[in-house]
Amino acid sequence: MSDTVAITIDGRAHAVAPGTSVAVALLASGASRFRTSLQGEPRGPVCGMGICFECRLTIDGRPHQRACLVACTPGMTIETGESAHG
Amino acid sequence: MAERRDADVVVIGAGPAGLAAAVHAAETGVRVVVVDQSSNPGGQIWRHRDARALPPAARQWLDRFGACGAALLADTAVVSADSGRLLVAGPNGAIALHARAIVLATGARELFLPFPGWTLPNVFGVGGLQALVKSGLDVRGKRVVIAGSGPLLFPVAATVAAAGADLLAVCEHAARGRLLAFAASLWRSPSKLAAAAAYRSAFRRTPFRTGAWVERAEGRDRLESVAITDGRRRWIVPCDYLATAAGLIPNVEVGLALGCEVARGALVVDARQATSVGGVFAAGECTGVAGEDAAVIEGTVAGLAAAGRDPGAWSRRAAAGRAFARRLAAAFAPRREVTARADATTIVCRCEDVRCGDLQPDWGSRQAKLAARAGMGACQGRVCGAALQQMFGWDAPRVRPPLIPVPTGVLGDPEREPR
Amino acid sequence: MSPGARPDVIVIGAGIVGAACAHALAREHLRVLVCESDFPGGGTTAAGMGHIVVMDDSPAQLALTAYSRELWTGLAPTLSLACEDERPGTLWIAASDDEMDAVRQKRDLCERAGVRAEVLDEHALSRAEPHLRRGFAGALFVPDDRVLYPPNAARWLLDAARERGASVRLGVTVTAIGPASVTLRAGGATETITAGAVVLATGIAAPQLVPGLRVVPRKGHLVITDRYPGLLHSQLVELGYLHSAHTMTGASTAFNLQPRSTGQILIGSSRELVGMDPAINPGIVREMVGRAVEFLPALADCLAIRTWTGFRPATPDKLPLIGAWPAIAGLWVAAGHEGLGITTATGTAAIIAAGIAGRPAPLDAEPFRPDRTMPAMEAA
Repeated sequence: MSDTVAITIDGRAHAVAPGTSVAVALLASGASRFRTSLQGEPRGPVCGMGICFECRLTIDGRPHQRACLVACTPGMTIETGESAHG
Repeated sequence: MAERRDADVVVIGAGPAGLAAAVHAAETGVRVVVVDQSSNPGGQIWRHRDARALPPAARQWLDRFGACGAALLADTAVVSADSGRLLVAGPNGAIALHARAIVLATGARELFLPFPGWTLPNVFGVGGLQALVKSGLDVRGKRVVIAGSGPLLFPVAATVAAAGADLLAVCEHAARGRLLAFAASLWRSPSKLAAAAAYRSAFRRTPFRTGAWVERAEGRDRLESVAITDGRRRWIVPCDYLATAAGLIPNVEVGLALGCEVARGALVVDARQATSVGGVFAAGECTGVAGEDAAVIEGTVAGLAAAGRDPGAWSRRAAAGRAFARRLAAAFAPRREVTARADATTIVCRCEDVRCGDLQPDWGSRQAKLAARAGMGACQGRVCGAALQQMFGWDAPRVRPPLIPVPTGVLGDPEREPR
Repeated sequence: MSPGARPDVIVIGAGIVGAACAHALAREHLRVLVCESDFPGGGTTAAGMGHIVVMDDSPAQLALTAYSRELWTGLAPTLSLACEDERPGTLWIAASDDEMDAVRQKRDLCERAGVRAEVLDEHALSRAEPHLRRGFAGALFVPDDRVLYPPNAARWLLDAARERGASVRLGVTVTAIGPASVTLRAGGATETITAGAVVLATGIAAPQLVPGLRVVPRKGHLVITDRYPGLLHSQLVELGYLHSAHTMTGASTAFNLQPRSTGQILIGSSRELVGMDPAINPGIVREMVGRAVEFLPALADCLAIRTWTGFRPATPDKLPLIGAWPAIAGLWVAAGHEGLGITTATGTAAIIAAGIAGRPAPLDAEPFRPDRTMPAMEAA
C-alpha cells in the first residue's frame, strides 16, 4: 500500500494513495468546485454515495461521471467545472 | 449483447441486510447472486478501505460472505426490474438476471432538506462526510460542524473527531425532551445506550446541542460559515466543512419498479420479510431505518425465506426491529422549522437549479417536473423529490426505468440466449 | 371573463390543442371558459416531443402542418423562455440512393407548398451532423421546422388567453355535453353551464363524451439523455418514418432523434395499439434505442436518465377531427391529432375560431370534418 497513483486534475499532476476515490483526491487537492450548475454556481459532493449527482465531472474524457464512485487509477485525467453549456 | 444469468436468489445490496440474506440463502445450497453499486461489499456502514478498522461483527459477516459461494456483481446497478427479471449494468455492460426469488436490501439514503446556502461546496451530508472520510478524506485540522438528526449523528461525530478534525459543534434538531423520552424507551436495549455513550465520549470536547439546526450557510465559492439556531437565538460559526441532513429515508425505487407496496416511505413486509409481490422479499433499512443489528436479523429472515426455508424464531426478532424503526422515525421526524427553511430564492432541485419560488405548493411532483423541471435532472428526483414530499406534502415521484442513469446503449442491448 | 358571466365558448381540455383554441378564441374577443380535469398540458401534451414539423403524407396534412408551422413561427418571438422554442430544422435521412429519389420528390412537394427544403448529399450530411454514422446517401433539410417544450407551450397559450379575458377552471370534469351546454362535476357538486358554443379538445378522451368520434390511443415511448450540447444540431428522422407512423397495425419503431435546447437528446419513436397501459415495454425501448444507436453510434455512451410513455389520439384515416359535430348543436371538435398535435394545434385553433366567428376557414378544412366517412380501424 506504499505506492502512489499518479493522476492529472485540470492539467496538474497529483499523487494519491491507491484506492482513493476521485472525490477525495479532488478535495485533498484543495478543489471545491467539481461542476458548474446550470446557473453558474459551483457545486461539490454531498451524499458521498452516488445518489445526489453533484460531484459529476469528466474522467478520461467521459462527461457526467460521479467522482464519489470512481477510484483513481494510474494516468487518470480528471477535468472539473463541467457545465451544461459545453 | 446483454449476458443472461440465472439464479435462485438475487440479492440487491451488499450491506448488512444483503450480506446476511445472501449468506443464509447460499448456505442452504441455492445459487445466489448479489448486486451492489460499490466496488466492495459492506454497504455504507461496513464499507472501509482498511478492513482492520471494522468492528469484529462486520468482519465476520464479510468473511462468511466470502466463503458462502454467493457471487458478487460489484460496481453494478439495477437498471430495470420486471417480475423475475432484473436488468443490471456494471463494468462489463448489461446483465439480465433471471431469479426465482429477489431480496431487496437497498438500504437508505439521507434526507436533504433545502436551506439557504445548502448548495455551497463543502456542505455535505452527515453520512456523506462519513463516506468521504472512510474513503480517505483527510480532515485533520478542518473546522467541522455536524447538524442533523437521529442515530447517525453520534458515530459520524466520533469518526470525524477521531480523524483529527476540529469538531466545533454537533446539533440534533429533535428537542431535548423528545430525545430523553426516546432514550428512556431503550431500557430493554442497554447496548444501544452504551454504544451512544461510547460515541459521545469520542467527541466529548465538542458541545452537543439538542433542539438546534442549521438556519443558513454562507460563503462565496465555498462554505465559510454556518448560522445555527434553536429557534430563538442564533450562532454564527465559521467553518470549513458542514455535515448536515435531516435523517435517513428508505431506498424503495427498485421495490416500486417491481410493484411492491410502500407505506410511510418504506417497503411493506410480512413476518417472512415478503413484500406484497410474490417472490420478492425485502430486508434492512429499505423496510424502515432501524440500524445494522435489525438489518442483519431481517436479512437472515429474508435469505432463509427466499431460499424456501422456515425462518422460525428469527421472524419475531425482525418484527421487534421494525417496531424500533417506527419509534425512531417518530422521535427524529423533521420538525416544521427544518422543513420550512428554504426561502423563495433557495435552490430546491440542485440538478436543474429550480428555486423554491419557481414552485407552487398546490402542485404535485409531476406538475412540478413538467412546469418547472424540478426532479428532471440526473439524480432523477432522489434529492428534491423526497424534500418536496416533506415541504409540501406532495406525492412521491413515479419510478420508471432506468432506475439510475445508464449509458443509452444498455437500454438498446438485446438479451443473449443462455448457452 | 367576469365570474358568473355566461361564456361565449366553453373549451373542454387544456392540452396544447385546447389551449391553442382558447388563445385563438380569446383573440376573437369572445368570452372563453376552459375546463380541465387535471392541470394544463398534463396529458398527451406532456409526453410529446414538441417537434413542429411539416409532414406530407397527404395534401391535407401538408397544408395543415405548413400553415400551423407558420403560425408557430409568428408566435415564436413572444413565447416564454420556458417554452424552449428553437428552430433546429429537420433532417430527413435517406439510407440509400433509392431513398434519394424520395428525398427529391419530398423537396418538390415542400417547395410547391411554400416550405423551404434543401437536398443534402452524403458529404453535406456529414458536415451538418458529424456524429452521424457514415454511409447514408443524403438527406432533405427542412430548416424552418422547430422544437419546443409542449407542456409549457400549452401553459403559455392558456396564460395568453387569460390575459385576453379567458377564465380557466382546473380540476373540473365534464360529464356530459348537451346542445350548447356542458354538465360538469367540480368537487362534489354538479352544474350545467350554457354557452354559445362548446369546443371538445380532450384528445384520447374525446370518445368518452362523444362516442361517435373515432379516436383510439396509440402508445409511444420516449427516452431522454443527460446533457450533451453540440452532439446533435437538427432533429433527425429517417425517411422511412412516414411508413412507420402510418401503419396502423402492430407495433413499429422508427429513428427519430431530437436535440433539446437543454443539450439533452430525446430519442423516439414507437407506435403501438395496446390500449391505455402506461408501462414501459422494454422490448420496444430496446428496438427504438438500438436503432438510434445504429444511426448515431456516440449515443451509446450518453447517459439515459428517463423513459416515459404517452398516448397519441389516432384516427383511422390519419387526419385530425376539426370542425362542427352536427349531431349536437353548438359542438365543435378539435381532437384526433395523433403525433402532430403540437404542430397542428395552432392551425386547428385557427379553423375552429374562424368557424365559431362565422368566417371561412383559413385553409380547406373539408378533409378534417369530424363527421367524414372513414375506413375501419384495425386494432393490434
